[in-house]
Amino acid sequence: MQEITTTHKPLIVAFCCNWCSYAGADLAGSSRLSYPAEVKIIRVPCSCRVNPIFVLKAFQRGADGVILCGCHPGDCHYSTGNYHTRRRMALMFSMLNYFGIEKERTRIEWVSAAEGAKFSQVMNDFAKTINELGENRRLEDLRCKK
Amino acid sequence: MQRIGVFICHCGSNIAATVDVERVTEALAKEPGVVYAVNYQYMCSENGQQLIKNAIAEHRLTGIVVCSCSPRMHEATFRKTAEAAGLNAYMVEIANIREQCSWIHKDIEEATEKAIVLARTAVAKILLDKPLTAGETGVTKRALVIGGGIAGIQAALDIADAGYEVDIVEKRPTIGGRMAQLDKTFPTLDCSACILTPKMVDCAQSDKINIFSYSEVEEVKGFVGNFDVKIRKKARHVDETKCTGCGVCMASCPSKKGLNEFNMNLNNRPAIYIPFAQAIPNVAIIDPEQCLKLKSDKCGLCQRKCGVGAIDYKQEDSFVERKYGAIVVATGFRPIKLDNFNEFGYADNKDVVTSLELERLMNAAGPTKGTLLRPSDGKHPKVITFIQCVGSRDVSGCGKPYCSKICCMYTAKHAMLIREKYPDTEVHVFYIDIRTPGKNYDEFYRRAVEQYGVDYIKGMVGKVYNENGKLMVQGSDLLDNKQIVIPSDLVVLATAIEPDPSVRDIATKLTISIDTNDFLTEAHAKLRPVESPTAGVFLAGVCQGPKDVPETVSQASACASKVIGLLAKDKLKGNPCVSHVDENMCTGCSQCEQVCPYGAITYIDKEFRIGGGKTETRRVASVNPAVCQGCGACTVTCPSGAMDLYGFSSAQILKEVEAICKR
Ligand SMILES: Cc1cc2nc3c(=O)[nH]c(=O)nc-3n(C[C@H](O)[C@H](O)[C@H](O)COP(=O)(O)OP(=O)(O)OC[C@H]3O[C@@H](n4cnc5c(N)ncnc54)[C@H](O)[C@@H]3O)c2cc1C
Ligand code: SF4
Ligand code: SF4
Ligand code: FES
Repeated sequence: MQEITTTHKPLIVAFCCNWCSYAGADLAGSSRLSYPAEVKIIRVPCSCRVNPIFVLKAFQRGADGVILCGCHPGDCHYSTGNYHTRRRMALMFSMLNYFGIEKERTRIEWVSAAEGAKFSQVMNDFAKTINELGENRRLEDLRCKK
Repeated sequence: MQRIGVFICHCGSNIAATVDVERVTEALAKEPGVVYAVNYQYMCSENGQQLIKNAIAEHRLTGIVVCSCSPRMHEATFRKTAEAAGLNAYMVEIANIREQCSWIHKDIEEATEKAIVLARTAVAKILLDKPLTAGETGVTKRALVIGGGIAGIQAALDIADAGYEVDIVEKRPTIGGRMAQLDKTFPTLDCSACILTPKMVDCAQSDKINIFSYSEVEEVKGFVGNFDVKIRKKARHVDETKCTGCGVCMASCPSKKGLNEFNMNLNNRPAIYIPFAQAIPNVAIIDPEQCLKLKSDKCGLCQRKCGVGAIDYKQEDSFVERKYGAIVVATGFRPIKLDNFNEFGYADNKDVVTSLELERLMNAAGPTKGTLLRPSDGKHPKVITFIQCVGSRDVSGCGKPYCSKICCMYTAKHAMLIREKYPDTEVHVFYIDIRTPGKNYDEFYRRAVEQYGVDYIKGMVGKVYNENGKLMVQGSDLLDNKQIVIPSDLVVLATAIEPDPSVRDIATKLTISIDTNDFLTEAHAKLRPVESPTAGVFLAGVCQGPKDVPETVSQASACASKVIGLLAKDKLKGNPCVSHVDENMCTGCSQCEQVCPYGAITYIDKEFRIGGGKTETRRVASVNPAVCQGCGACTVTCPSGAMDLYGFSSAQILKEVEAICKR
């Protein structure tokens, strides 16, 4: 592990809902508020579109952290989507934890379209945590690695 | 086989200064599925778009990936470009290499690598994209307005003026709302009835407007352009088509103990009544709680007296079903109940009244015919004390945390009107802050102080108690830093306002949301203030937040213009990124239906072949693409994996994850 962490470039998958968090990321961008390049965003219509399988897949393919961002509770563009997300992911994350994925590697954050600064802050903070945790190989399916 | 073109934009130097666009182009050209990759200064420019169009034709592209600014910026632009070149508009993906890359990274190496990953991710997604066509639906060219206060009236008049039919559903026996109860209106002090009743008459006379009074919305189905609404016409026991509003019945009725709601219960009315002289429709109504005939089958006098045979004791609720293209919600407000504010002695003292009650006590058509008399003994009050912010800006939990917005102004109005009419009256006003933004509003308030000599006291009232027939108002004077007691004859509470309680039911029926104070929520607080989050449903008046008449009217007219814009269309294009069911996998478990916030999912019985020439009928989910908004909640809830979303399919998102995680 030790020698890997030094050269290891972490991978972070960020699912962002189109209406709030993706717009928040845009605002972070237009305000030139940086966050580490290892964060890569996938746009989904609503945080509730994120199937636990997507999270699992990310870890299976060697992601070091997965973060879900949605509108603040009560502000979901589709009224109730993020309530489903919150409940669903609490379960998913605790299951992952049981499988040995540290719970710090998964996170849900509510970021509004106005919170560019928060978006960058959240991503910086999450990336820092992931960097500290180092490489995550527990769920990685080594068979599909070339 | 897909043939993908990748178009990398420099965005001037916005992207090109941090991302090595040449390297991105080279890398992407080698990506499986990509047959063409190019970079250009400004892809969104006329020339850039032409470059894309030419490439689509020349390289027979089946889809394009544009690596540029956020899709929230130019996705629509590039969809149009693709369409103009004969591609399906949905065979377009954007890799956001500006907001998510060049603008937040400084290191060229790092930014270039990230841009390549983002572009590859978009390619992975587009390889699974399918051409999508937005469904089209017709538009029913009629609008429904729920609530016939000034908001509903104004919206209906404007919509009718544009030539469209409008129905107003008003739960009370007459339209007019709260404004009909007001005496004079700030800031001009013109008589409320004089400016409102002509509008009410216009509604009644318009051949485009249909008023369902004493009616409620029972059920709403459908979606923008095509709402199916069931309206309950409550039994008024009077045939609307026959009644002429002559009022003979009212005079004949022996049961005169009903509380007059229009006068805020300050006097009584007969069991059969017309709410007020200018009511629209001008039709009587029987109060079943008070009517002797309905209660105990005695009497029947009004039926005998009615010259046109309009009285129908057996009338029952009836239902009307109508189709609408758009809906305006304008259900207004009521003053809050004062049960939590015993300190003001409202329940125990007749001479402690709310501001709305005072409006009736000052109104020429009110219980005192416009002479201001105390409810307890009918005497002229000599000292009147107003208390502002009763239940407003109250974070203790007893009242409402928000500012009711209208009370500073109407209290100044009341104080002025009283000093004008009865100059020998002493008027005191307790206030926390005076909030009078608005054209000519602060001037209005200052007139009360400077010209009319109203005594404004900054401070809170601790309690109001009765001592030898005087109402003792005990409070603090913050500017003089002392406790004071003002012996008063009449105390007026500027009571907080709250949304009409039926708003919850309406919000549920229309699947629109309410905030923590029960006010209806707009689609966007700044940019879409009159639209609800549900397409085709608009909000006007106090149901959306406290406001006065001018603001209510502006909002109502804004709603009307939105409605007119909608009804002017013959067809509505939907969002094709909706969910769909794999019927072979669906078990009909109903879980998707339960999470769908729009009621887009229903169930149908479908026949399936099960081999051996046999068939079996199973219940399966069915998504109405015109109702589905594409949130995707159902796709994740479905335990059988039968639900998927066009444009954001599970397979696509998994491919995106894989592309990002490829080292
Ligand atoms: C004491 C007082 C004094 C005021 N003085 C002034 C003034 O001087 N100047 C000024 O500009 N403003 C004044 N206002 C404010 C003014 O009354 C409001 O701005 C205005 O009435 C708001 O109109 P509205 O149509 O939104 O609501 P409302 O007037 O409340 O009308 C709503 C209508 O919808 C109906 N309704 C409710 N629920 C349903 C349902 N579920 N189905 C069908 N129908 C329903 C109601 O019966 C009602 O007719 C005053 C308010 C108060 C309380
Ligand atoms: S995607 Fe959302 S709106 Fe559409 S059917 Fe599924 S739950 Fe309903
Ligand atoms: S949740 Fe899935 S299986 Fe259940 S009814 Fe809906 S589509 Fe069918
Ligand atoms: S749209 Fe942002 S969480 Fe639902």
